[in-house]
Amino acid sequence: MLYSRSSLYTPFAIKDKFSNFDFILLFSILALGIISIFAQYSSSGGQWESHSINHAIRFLVFFIFFLAISFVNISFWNRFSFVIFLSFILLLLAVKLFGLQSQGSRRWINLFVFVLQPSELMKIGIILFLANYYHRTSSNDINKIKYLLVPVVAIFVPFTLVVTQPDLGTALLILFSGIVVTWLAGVRWKIFAYLFLIGLVLAPVAISFLKPYQKNRILSFLNPDLDPLGAGYQIIQSKIAIGSGGLFGKGFLNGSQAYLDFLPEKHTDFIFTLYAEEFGFFGSVLMVLLYFLITYRIVHIGNVTRSIFGKLFCYGFSTAFFIYVTVNMCMVLGLLPIVGAPLPILSYGGSSMLAIMFGLGVVMSCNVYKNNVVS
Amino acid sequence: MLSFNSSNIASKTRTISRRMFLVTCFKTVVLLGIVGRLTSLQITETRKYKSLADKNRFRETKIAPPRGIIQDYFGNEIASNQKIYQLHIVPENTPNIDELFVRLKSLINLTDQKIYVLKRRIAKQKIWEAVIISDNLTWSEFSRLNLFLHELQGAEPVVSVARYYKDSSSAHIVGYVSEISARDLRKKKYLTNLNIAGVAIGKTGLESSLDEEMLGTPGYLRYEVNAYGKRIKQVSTNEGLKGKTFKTTLDLDIQKTSAESLTGVSGAVCVMDIYNGDIVSMVSSPNFNPNSFVHGINEQEWKDLQKNIDKPMLNKAMSGLYPPGSTIKILTALSALENDIVNPNQLIKCKGFIDFYGEKFHCWKKGGHGVLNLKGAIKRSCDVYFYEVARKLGVDRLSKTAKKFGLGQKVLNGFAEEKVGVVPNTKWKLNQIGKNWYLGETLHAGIGQGYFLSTPLQLCLMTAQLANGGFEIKPRIIIDEKTQPNNLQEYLDFRKKNPNDLLSIDQQVWNFNLKPLFRNQENINFVKDAMFAASNEPGGTSYASRHRDKKFMFAGKTGSSQIKRFTEEQRRTEVKQTDILYKERDHAWFVAYAPVQDPKYAISVLVEHGGSGSSAAAPVAKKVIKKVIDRHEIRKVTINGNTGENI
Repeated sequence: MLYSRSSLYTPFAIKDKFSNFDFILLFSILALGIISIFAQYSSSGGQWESHSINHAIRFLVFFIFFLAISFVNISFWNRFSFVIFLSFILLLLAVKLFGLQSQGSRRWINLFVFVLQPSELMKIGIILFLANYYHRTSSNDINKIKYLLVPVVAIFVPFTLVVTQPDLGTALLILFSGIVVTWLAGVRWKIFAYLFLIGLVLAPVAISFLKPYQKNRILSFLNPDLDPLGAGYQIIQSKIAIGSGGLFGKGFLNGSQAYLDFLPEKHTDFIFTLYAEEFGFFGSVLMVLLYFLITYRIVHIGNVTRSIFGKLFCYGFSTAFFIYVTVNMCMVLGLLPIVGAPLPILSYGGSSMLAIMFGLGVVMSCNVYKNNVVS
Repeated sequence: MLSFNSSNIASKTRTISRRMFLVTCFKTVVLLGIVGRLTSLQITETRKYKSLADKNRFRETKIAPPRGIIQDYFGNEIASNQKIYQLHIVPENTPNIDELFVRLKSLINLTDQKIYVLKRRIAKQKIWEAVIISDNLTWSEFSRLNLFLHELQGAEPVVSVARYYKDSSSAHIVGYVSEISARDLRKKKYLTNLNIAGVAIGKTGLESSLDEEMLGTPGYLRYEVNAYGKRIKQVSTNEGLKGKTFKTTLDLDIQKTSAESLTGVSGAVCVMDIYNGDIVSMVSSPNFNPNSFVHGINEQEWKDLQKNIDKPMLNKAMSGLYPPGSTIKILTALSALENDIVNPNQLIKCKGFIDFYGEKFHCWKKGGHGVLNLKGAIKRSCDVYFYEVARKLGVDRLSKTAKKFGLGQKVLNGFAEEKVGVVPNTKWKLNQIGKNWYLGETLHAGIGQGYFLSTPLQLCLMTAQLANGGFEIKPRIIIDEKTQPNNLQEYLDFRKKNPNDLLSIDQQVWNFNLKPLFRNQENINFVKDAMFAASNEPGGTSYASRHRDKKFMFAGKTGSSQIKRFTEEQRRTEVKQTDILYKERDHAWFVAYAPVQDPKYAISVLVEHGGSGSSAAAPVAKKVIKKVIDRHEIRKVTINGNTGENI
């Protein structure tokens, strides 16, 4: 198939493009970013410390990055999705070879300007790649074994690379994101059922490969009081912090659990706990609704986008985004084991924010170029 | 191609939209789940989590409250609180505990053994809890510590208060305080909240019986800590409440005199106000230094106290049990008179012993007293006369009178160490020993030997109740709302003002809500008269120790209680008390009231193994009585520690 350059880069004015923005999504993201800066400020004890300053700068930079992505034609992302996916795979391989090690796991790569966690990028990369793949695949071929091979390999390779870092949480999120897109694209229920059965059979084998600390996390989730000062400590303290927040919270900068260091990882995985302690039930519900609003707007953009790539990406990303949020929240609320999943935008972490803002940028690009034909 | 493409896109879109709808439904359910969980944590169970959060962040250290003071009648402090200098260590503030100990060893007196004990204690408790390294530093040690404090991280010099006893004369009745033991914690429920470093509790005497009220309420220091237990800031403090201060009926001055007069002997002195039962003095000898226990007694001192045959730790005045000996004769006589057994003028000849069913019962005087009436028998303490009286009276009637006058029961309340003693009778013997009473035993009981056992406090009460005209009094040692003195004094004042009141004594007594212990008051007066004779007429047993000055003149009865019966051999060879083993010598007793003209106080003196009452106990009483009478004017104008002018 041939397509002209002009169809790829439709020359319409910046002003027109901007008017095509979904402003509800834009302001929701901005609001979340501002809240995140306050939350990070609180997590560093009510003063500007290196990580709270970093977070503020990052949000600013990545927000501009998000706008820049939005202005790029959606066709571009469709065409280069495979290249992007491949480069992420290469980055994961690079982590295997010269990754930085910390606390027994090798997840990061030093790019001299900043330290990158490619597994976070892969969470978006897999959606991008599969959206593009099913965009190209005819609906008649979707359930053919030959056509199933590519997605299985595309999911399995990054999953294996990440799970062996080891980083079970991120690996599972990559797996889920991939499966969601595959399923949305129309692959039969039956196939998922078979895969599920295979997974069930292999589960005991997989469990034997789990690190002792990962087993502990699952056990302590099932019964946190088993070892209240050890593995169960985080869940217990997090529940105490959220519960003690009450209806209106303890007030900004007044969360005793966070301030007195009872709360672990308060600026990364447990940032929602800190927020819930300080702003109480109303603040927490407001936050949950804000996340839900973002998810909803992404789905809405998927609805109005014409291209299959756009639809699949928006639906896939919104679902993945929703999973990130719920996994993190369920984790800090004691509904899921501690797996190490950051809360999008709110948690401290450059790679995670980069990946999320990139994904949101592509979604916004779908909206800006919703009337374009994506080939 | 295009048509295929467009239909392809349409079918794909349909599938995708359908499936996305399912996902959205799922999302909604999850969203509701999360909001539900937030509701349960932050609304339903928030109270529980709030208290858990507070439990996390607040930590309290209890502060030992100052102990209540024990004062004498005039407000002088018998047991007070003294400023002391302590050294505490908070292990978490110390970078290296071993180094700190090495450094401290060069500054204060600290043995390796003590360090070992301290290290074990530190290992047991939480690292933020202070450990007392030394609880009674000298001023020079304390100032040296402060000088080098910058090198001693984690060490905290603390100025605190601890018990202090001005002198040892009241050591037994006041008791002492010491560290709480594991046993105390088990036995005494009120200590649950008071197990704080630095709290000492009463172990004996008043310190023990008033412990609960004197301890006070502990204060606390609440501070916020972080997850690592490090103190962030102090949130609030509460000084606690000082324990209740108690005023006693004791007179510190007389206590000193009593203790002094017992110097060198083992014994006890008890002085009581005969109208209101106030215990003016109660000492036991030899005494101990109660201050030694406050900071933990050293092993040598403890061993010495335990080994001493004179039992310095025992409060002989209320815990020592001795046969009352001849002092009981005044009760035997009274009982016989009250029961119309003897006529006071009845004459009996004492030839030194009587034969009773083939058994010889000896009088203490080998040659005998000759012919005596009852008064003469009391005055000269003739055993033979009382064998005859007792034989006629019987032990059961004697025991009834003795119990009425306070023997065989506790005199004071609340002292765990107070002993009851024994007032024997036929029933008692059957119950306790399981044998029938022998008549010969009645004869022994009549002169206060045999099964009879009593404390100096009981005999003091007996004498006081005789001296006041035969009325029951309730002895007390603590002055508080609960122990109001009785109306005896008012009754006597009334009698003095209205000597010719027409009401009978019984009715008058009833009006004043008093309990008379006599049937006929003449009998009481008779016994008092006889006691006067024993002290102040030639031939009386305590004539040698009498006061010539009417102001101090007393009337008393001596007694010697046998430890070991003399053999016939010893009697024949006239072995003297001073010639036999110390441990086998008789206990010496003396009970008296003074002044004779207008009785005010009763006294009992016991000298363990003193030989005879007239030579060992009466001289002690003489000294103490003088002091007591001298102090009477001051005591009279002082009511509850306030002089008359101040009221």
